[in-house]
Amino acid sequence: MTTSAKSVRGLGSAGTGTQHHIRQRVTALALLFLVPWFIYSIIHACKAGYEGALTWAAQPLNAILLILTLSAALYHMRLGMQVVIEDYIAKSGTRQALLILNTFAVIALAAATILSVLKIWFTAGA
Amino acid sequence: MAGQGRADPRPLSPHLQIWKWHWTMAGSIFHRVSGVGLYGGAFLIGAWLIALATGPEAYAFVEAIVFSLPGQIVLFLWSMAVLYHFANGLRHLIWDGPMIGFSPSVASLWSMFNFAFAIIGAAVIWSLASFY
Repeated sequence: MTTSAKSVRGLGSAGTGTQHHIRQRVTALALLFLVPWFIYSIIHACKAGYEGALTWAAQPLNAILLILTLSAALYHMRLGMQVVIEDYIAKSGTRQALLILNTFAVIALAAATILSVLKIWFTAGA
Repeated sequence: MAGQGRADPRPLSPHLQIWKWHWTMAGSIFHRVSGVGLYGGAFLIGAWLIALATGPEAYAFVEAIVFSLPGQIVLFLWSMAVLYHFANGLRHLIWDGPMIGFSPSVASLWSMFNFAFAIIGAAVIWSLASFY
């Protein structure tokens, strides 16, 4: 986890991060279209009650857009939280632990929510 | 000096205690604050979706929380955070892409607009949602 001083000195930044930056922007671009749809839809679904929300989530287009929104948003927020942890947590052990926790938490949420969408979809189609 | 004792005397981020607040600074700070808030909010939205897939009892439990007063307040704050992060995120994309809006007066006005967009936008969405 350490880099020798001679290879760090003189560099303005860590020397990496371009890929992180681009992925943050690309997911942002996707969310620019997905979030307005999501806000409109979630209000509609919340007001429709259990049966109505289920019918909404079971429609193929809604299920696809839900999975795309979840994927883009969760990837985006993992990248964002990573930067927050790197900025504020100086202690190496704590920082590494939180970075791993961030990844685990986001992937766990992704698995649980995407499986939920698929379950609703498959159940409705049966 | 803040940089003393550090091996590398690179400039530090501005210390909130000694910086005078201005619009662009507030705009940047609230982008991060709203982002962290939305991180938590994603788990709440996730809970709603998981409850929907689990069954009517689980959904009724989550629905009761969503429509309670504290639930509605959290949702309202969530909607403001979404709109703010959305508007300011769009500004970041415009900064990175066409690279416009960097002059201090434009940047300040744009920050004010983003705050107004979040507050007024959330109020409009909630009024529309309660009427239709």
